[in-house]
Amino acid sequence: MKPPPFSYHDPRSVDDAVSLLSTLENTKVLAGGQSLMPMLNMRYVMPDHIVDLNKIENLSYIKKETDALEIGAMTRQRDLEFSDIVKENCPIMHEALQWVGHRQTRNRGTLGGSLAHLDPAAEMPAVCAISDAVVRVKGPNGEREIPFAEFPAGYMTPSVEMDEIVTSVRVPCWQKGHGFAFVEFARRHGDFAIVSSGALLELDAEGRIVRSAITVGGVGAAPMRITEVEEAISGQIGSEDVFKEACEVCRGIEAMGDVYASTEYRQHLAAVMSRRALVKAYDRALGGDN
Amino acid sequence: MGETRNISVTINGKTYQEEVEVRFHLADFIRQQLGLTGTHLGCEHGVCGACTILLNGESARSCLLLAVQADGQEILTIEGIAPSEDELHPLQEAFRDNHGLQCGFCTPGMLTTLLEFLKDNPDPTEEEVRIAISGNLCRCTGYQGIVAAALDAAERLRNQNVNQIQ
Ligand code: FES
Ligand code: FES
Repeated sequence: MKPPPFSYHDPRSVDDAVSLLSTLENTKVLAGGQSLMPMLNMRYVMPDHIVDLNKIENLSYIKKETDALEIGAMTRQRDLEFSDIVKENCPIMHEALQWVGHRQTRNRGTLGGSLAHLDPAAEMPAVCAISDAVVRVKGPNGEREIPFAEFPAGYMTPSVEMDEIVTSVRVPCWQKGHGFAFVEFARRHGDFAIVSSGALLELDAEGRIVRSAITVGGVGAAPMRITEVEEAISGQIGSEDVFKEACEVCRGIEAMGDVYASTEYRQHLAAVMSRRALVKAYDRALGGDN
Repeated sequence: MGETRNISVTINGKTYQEEVEVRFHLADFIRQQLGLTGTHLGCEHGVCGACTILLNGESARSCLLLAVQADGQEILTIEGIAPSEDELHPLQEAFRDNHGLQCGFCTPGMLTTLLEFLKDNPDPTEEEVRIAISGNLCRCTGYQGIVAAALDAAERLRNQNVNQIQ
């Protein structure tokens, strides 16, 4: 298995990268390479040009703003995993990163690359979905912002044009002391999730749920919010039974079926995993240990 | 030959100036062009971990990097782990003593992966070791010997550090 022949470009700035993308035909953008390189090695993709973003310096950063994190697209998953800023302000991202591939792949893989690749089972898109992240992209006509709810255009297809690149992601932070959990079911640690689920909760002084967000990944074409569950638990005091009942709707959501897991199995797991995520997030919110 | 570039890369302390085809992945470059065949290729699509090397001290799969991307970087392969020709690294000794290998195909990737892991986590639990090597496939040992070797190596390295300090 060898990559097909291509021309290699390693621009030093976003503008240079964009101008290469808007002038060259049949081009692929190389970020961390943990998905594109296997596809090249297996010749699933046969680009004429590779535009490597690794030499662009100012695309890797983690900044805390008033109520959000600003993260550069080429920030490595490893840097996010070990970042105290992320752990403190967006603990669900920290937890989800433990499930992203393996140390060897997190050392290279990037946030922007993971979003642009948009694997239905990938954890970083799920974290963006649950946090209502905003993805910033740049093309020949300048910059634009895409709310994550509008980011997936279909199966493994982000709504990013061929001559645009993802430059940064804005991840809104939840109140201090909120409950969070990211859980996943896979056959081996680091494998693609069969189903993952994330939950974020904010409680009032009596323990009633005043704000929530729940996602499942690996089920549909892209990670999805389960607004029915969010609505059902709103104003409730959480308990295993309340969450179990609310999550039953997951058995009816549209789910993929393949040789590894049938549609029914994924729907079943979606109900189980979202309940587990909620129980864990609620415990943490009560404990207020973050 | 397709498009090429000249690169300069330091591997195990030795700097190589080479002209390389841009489509070559790093593992092929290391094995075929430089003749360092200790780095193994099992799958060439990022699943088995056999090709793991340390890139500037961080583990990475050399089948998922282009050789041109290694320009100006420092790489450690299995050939560079032992302190000298006739001495083994404590991690290698621990693998030998604990039956951490049978055919040895996965071993280069296991060792490079564990080298980084034990540096960050000098006193790991068995569970942590299992997660650390979850990206490395072994078809022989059943992993038991590898886990035992990793825990033993951790202890040897801790003692070595204590001795060095004293
Ligand atoms: S050969 Fe690189 S991961 Fe298998
Ligand atoms: S010792 Fe043979 S593959 Fe691990």
